Amino acid sequence: MAVASTDTAPMKPLRGPGFPIALTALAGLVLGYIAGNALGNGWLGALVGAAIGAAFAWAAAGPLADNRTAGRWAAIALIGVFLLLLGGVGGLVAGLLIGAVLSWIAYWLASGAYRKGVPAYATPGQVLWHNTFLFICGFIFFFLIAPIVVVIPLSFNAEDFFTFTPEMLALDPEGYSLKHYRDFFTSSDWQQAMWNSLKIAPVATILSVALGTLAAIGLSQSHVPFRRAIMAILISPMIVPLIISAAGMYFFYSRVGLQGTYWGIVLAHAALGIPFVIITVTATLVGFDRSLTRASANLGADPVTTFFRVQMPLILPGVISGGLFAFITSFDEVVVVLFVGSAGQKTLPWQMFIGLREQISPTILAVATILVTISILLLATLEILRRRSERLRGMSPG
Amino acid sequence: MKLTKFLMASSALTLTAGLAVAQEATESPVAGEEMANEITIVSWGGAYQESQLKAYVEPYLAMNPDVSVTWDESSGEAVAGLRAQNEANNLTWDLVDVTAADAMRLCDEGLAMEIDIDEIAAPAPDGTSAADDFTEEMLVSDCFIPQIAYSYTFGYRNDVAEWNGNTPDDICDVFDLETFPGQRALEQRPHNNMEWALICDGVAMEDVYDVLETEEGQERAFAVLDRIKDQTVWWTAGADTPQLLADGEVVFGSTYNGRLFSAIVEQDQPIEMMWDTQSYDLDGWIIPAGLDEPTLNRVKDFLWFATDTQRLADQAKYISYGPARQSSAPLVGQHAELGVDMAPHMPTNPDNANNAFVQNYEWWADYRDDLDAKFQAWLAQ
Repeated sequence: MAVASTDTAPMKPLRGPGFPIALTALAGLVLGYIAGNALGNGWLGALVGAAIGAAFAWAAAGPLADNRTAGRWAAIALIGVFLLLLGGVGGLVAGLLIGAVLSWIAYWLASGAYRKGVPAYATPGQVLWHNTFLFICGFIFFFLIAPIVVVIPLSFNAEDFFTFTPEMLALDPEGYSLKHYRDFFTSSDWQQAMWNSLKIAPVATILSVALGTLAAIGLSQSHVPFRRAIMAILISPMIVPLIISAAGMYFFYSRVGLQGTYWGIVLAHAALGIPFVIITVTATLVGFDRSLTRASANLGADPVTTFFRVQMPLILPGVISGGLFAFITSFDEVVVVLFVGSAGQKTLPWQMFIGLREQISPTILAVATILVTISILLLATLEILRRRSERLRGMSPG
Repeated sequence: MKLTKFLMASSALTLTAGLAVAQEATESPVAGEEMANEITIVSWGGAYQESQLKAYVEPYLAMNPDVSVTWDESSGEAVAGLRAQNEANNLTWDLVDVTAADAMRLCDEGLAMEIDIDEIAAPAPDGTSAADDFTEEMLVSDCFIPQIAYSYTFGYRNDVAEWNGNTPDDICDVFDLETFPGQRALEQRPHNNMEWALICDGVAMEDVYDVLETEEGQERAFAVLDRIKDQTVWWTAGADTPQLLADGEVVFGSTYNGRLFSAIVEQDQPIEMMWDTQSYDLDGWIIPAGLDEPTLNRVKDFLWFATDTQRLADQAKYISYGPARQSSAPLVGQHAELGVDMAPHMPTNPDNANNAFVQNYEWWADYRDDLDAKFQAWLAQ
């Protein structure tokens, strides 16, 4: 970039207009094939799409090269109206999206912006690899997110099946409904399951955090014997396949009378949550300056006061993020609870599991949407805390 | 085919008898003894469990306000579940809904309690003993308390353009990809699939199990299934096929007839029923062996009510399964919410039952492990 910035002239593509035209036409072919299939004729759609793509690339390189905003809006409007005539409201939405994507590709290629991320001296091979890499990352991201995103519109389905109905695709309000959300909030089974989850997860989290934090602090002292062995045992619930822990817990808890009880599930979930707390707290303890505890003791504080007034505030972000992981573990867990719980303690994931197996109902999707929202909020909290801790550490003198 | 005769006879009654007066429940033999107030009932979930809830669990709870029922939707794993509970010496189920074949296995292993049906179930309103009312054909095991007769049958989409207006009406149409192209849904287990394949291959219904016992017979069945293997989605839960059909993922699929009834009549999906060579099976209760006395009394008190003539007839208002008692048939009327006559949707209705097949659960109890392994190996090929 240093080389490029000395040169204030706009970057020019290194190749002739054929290259962006061919590639945009290819993108148009793929998008046109998809849209064509939805309308009934895939290959005709592909052909039309390729032609439109080539036209866009030509326009972006020539007549409309300096007028990017106008060019892109014209493209979006053009394809939007075109598909509106062919496919109704659903076609309009698809058309606007396709227009946005295709015109972006056309300008991206025609203006040479694809070289932006690489130094000016990069060979064509390096430029190609750089962009391929970005596309691969994009695809991985897409495949991770798409299954979750697809669930959200389906949860507003007016029918009792996991199906995008023609009404939904045409964006007809008739095709959408909140009935699955209503079902979740009025069905006693689902409400009972939610209450069970809400009764189990916080208590399991408190237990995991208390025990996990103490274990992490203890294990970070250099004088403790067999530290590594003890650490490995405490972390084992994370490594041993869940079904094995679950079957073991079932038979052990049955003997001692904990199977099918509230405290049985809480203890089982606490055991699953402790490794997360140990790992995150151990990680924050690495950055913790031991001389602070000695200084505190020197000033007359006993170990308990030192812990709560000096050590705890500094490792708090690790404790909280470990606690959040422990909470999500308990809240999402289905295998252990199927073994250790009894029918009276059905948690949300258990109820969803039953729903999927015995009666496929979009209520599950409504619940999934609610849970995804909660998870996003929790993870966002986690990220904010992490940043805060980094900022604090950056400011601390040691 | 004694069972078929029974089923036909009872449904013929349905059509002729018309409306009858709702029958009052009688007092159970254990009334007045000490009873537990919490019971855990294991069932199948979905529309079927809903029908049990509406027809006899809610009315029973209304009469006994102190009692609370916990549902466990684990009937699919009833055998494994009871084995594990027995192993861990920790019985948590009080009453379990199972298929006839599972009832036989549980009875053989001593995990289900042997019962005398006349002590568990009330006599019919006209005084016929429970044993005669259920008939021998239904009482397939000493532990089994029958509730319903259901069937495995096929549903197909009625809007498939490639079928050129043809509608399937023969079991062979399932295996005919020329006339009826498109994906199929079949259960991921050998039972029914093997029988259907052989019947399509020209084996008479009464000879199916004799042929299926031999290596060549099994080869024959697999050869027929091979025709559609790469066009088949294999289902494991009763809800799968209605979902796949509604979604258009498959155009033809087998499942329990009650699930198809729900998709067609209650959910109004573009699906039709094909009754040809529907395969009958039974479902009912077993009491796990080893319940303590108060719990056992409560379970007996509940069963006396839940299996009486009126209650079994009531269940048929919510789901299109045939009640197991002969005396219930005349009391079956219309769907509780939709007001649709239930008789034409019953697997036992003469129009539907004229080419029905009765699954031989005793045969399957003997050959299941062997054929399961062969079937899974065939699937993996």
